[in-house]
Amino acid sequence: MGKTLYDKIWDMHLVAQAGTDNLIYIDRHLIHEVTSPQAFAGLEEKGRKLRCPQRTFATMDHSISTRSLALDACGPANQLQLRTLMDNCEKFGVELFPVGHQKQGIIHVIGPELGLILPGMTVVCGDSHTATHGAFGALAFGIGTSEVEHVFATQTLKQGKAKTMKVEVNGTLPIGVTAKDIILAIIGKIGHAGATGYVLEYAGSAIEALSMEERMTICNMSIEAGAKAGLIAPDQVTFDYLKDKERAPKGADWDEAMACWQTLKSDADAPFDTVVTLTAEEIKPQVTWGTNPGQVVAVDEPIPAPASFIDAVERTSAEKALNYMGLEAGQKLSDVAISHVFIGSCTNSRIEDLRAAAKIARTGKVAQGVNAIVVPGSYAVKQQAEAEQLDKVFLDAGFEWRLPGCSMCLGMNDDLLQAGDRCASTSNRNFEGRQGRGARTHLVSPAMAAAAALAGRFVDVRELDK
Amino acid sequence: MTGITQLRAKAAPLNRANVDTDQIIPKQFLTAVTRAGYGKHLFHDWRYLDLEEKVPNPEFELNRPEHQGSEILLARENFGCGSSREHAPWSLTDYGFKVVIATSFADIFYGNCMNNQLLPIALNNEQMDALFAAVEADPEVQIEVDLPAQQVRVANQSFDFDIKEHHKYKLVKGLDAIGETLELAKSIDTYEQAIPAWR
Repeated sequence: MGKTLYDKIWDMHLVAQAGTDNLIYIDRHLIHEVTSPQAFAGLEEKGRKLRCPQRTFATMDHSISTRSLALDACGPANQLQLRTLMDNCEKFGVELFPVGHQKQGIIHVIGPELGLILPGMTVVCGDSHTATHGAFGALAFGIGTSEVEHVFATQTLKQGKAKTMKVEVNGTLPIGVTAKDIILAIIGKIGHAGATGYVLEYAGSAIEALSMEERMTICNMSIEAGAKAGLIAPDQVTFDYLKDKERAPKGADWDEAMACWQTLKSDADAPFDTVVTLTAEEIKPQVTWGTNPGQVVAVDEPIPAPASFIDAVERTSAEKALNYMGLEAGQKLSDVAISHVFIGSCTNSRIEDLRAAAKIARTGKVAQGVNAIVVPGSYAVKQQAEAEQLDKVFLDAGFEWRLPGCSMCLGMNDDLLQAGDRCASTSNRNFEGRQGRGARTHLVSPAMAAAAALAGRFVDVRELDK
Repeated sequence: MTGITQLRAKAAPLNRANVDTDQIIPKQFLTAVTRAGYGKHLFHDWRYLDLEEKVPNPEFELNRPEHQGSEILLARENFGCGSSREHAPWSLTDYGFKVVIATSFADIFYGNCMNNQLLPIALNNEQMDALFAAVEADPEVQIEVDLPAQQVRVANQSFDFDIKEHHKYKLVKGLDAIGETLELAKSIDTYEQAIPAWR
């Protein structure tokens, strides 16, 4: 019987049997200011060492301002957290990309950008969107702070094996439909907890046709379906992306790596516990209407009636969500006015995302009463965008152009919405209060967000291409 | 840290699905650099009418006088979904919960519970219905949780639950996971010597 990609990566990292669990080696440990301080403190309390500082990389992204490089720009608590990260990285010898550094950015944007994430690796971070790195055929998942401490001390984790689900997307995506729409459609289909206990492998011709950045958008939101991780088998697109990246292997190491990477795909007869299939031609631009990412419809479809849900718990959830969102069943999202637009986050803040948004921003002005911000995912993305004069496009159209960081995806800085604000957001979570207490979040693609900014309401981007 | 074995306590009912970690502990409290003191912020947006946490929301289930002092929390499917923040179990235990019983749990949250001596128990919908009904009928009703026997008991009903042997072991013994792994240091050394240069 053949092996899945997940099996192959798992086997490559098996260190020992630890009770009924397996001890798995971790190749890359990414850290940021929010979920690392207690783990460093734990090491110190016990007098333990950080086993592999050279496998550990840190940046500042969550608690930082997107208007100022000053560490105290968002108040003393944020400043203390950032200073603590600086102190810890210095003390334990971890390479840090702090605010203002040319390699700083959202941890899940800079990792791939620097070539730190390679096929066949295991990657962890105290952050659920670590799933992003599965785009490279790396087994990447979010962990809690106790596990961060465990990786610090041992460079391993105790893990049980997850079930596997193959998500096949075949066909050609229609114009105006993006990777974000694919993943929202998948979550809509299998549900917000539909992949709990599973590692997903995305496959099929529509996935193979995606760029690395688009694949990252897909894998990033695996956690929004409850999955442990999301994987895409590495191929020529992956290898081309990695070639010549700063920290990617060079020379003989590259050749040796390639020999391994070429084997990293699920065997034809590999068994999956579940298989889900979608047809690319049937996917439309998606907009979430509720308070979890599974509560999503196509922009031209009406919001479902709670009564249409057979499951009583889902029905109650839908009622609560509509009440929170200030929406009614049957309403079309294209009739809903918005007050804010956020283009950014580890889901959609890379250069291709900004190009897609700018292409639309170029055609008009941000509607009156709409506040729109663009937050590049990293310093490198910002520089590239500015070299292409995308910043000018956004500024001319009335968007704000900010400094890189997580920003309004979760509002740990001052990029927060007020109660009742309604935001078209390219981020990953539309939970109650996520972008500010009482604020309403609709998840969309960068093109849909830019189009909503100009129109002041949701519009079907496919209409703009006609 | 001492282990969990048996508990007899009253339960607070949070009859909702998809209770996410942003609800359990919102972002503004994640700037702290310690593990302690999150209990007062637990369910902040639902629990308080104001940002300063001075005005409790009388509508919120956990604020009702009869549910004060509960050590068990009842909820529905996909409890703890969302971010990996361990602040979620930290805030639940700091508030006083020792057990969460729900229809299902998000993976990262479930793992985080194990590292914080918080016992997550998954029961099916009908069993959850029975627990919610028992608490509604009598908020003071004592629910018995027996980890060694893997049973939840209320009145004359008894529900078996599944838990992985190593999770159970960890909760009962309250072990230092890192210390245990460090005993395997030789295996880790051996593994590391064979890692190819590109990795």
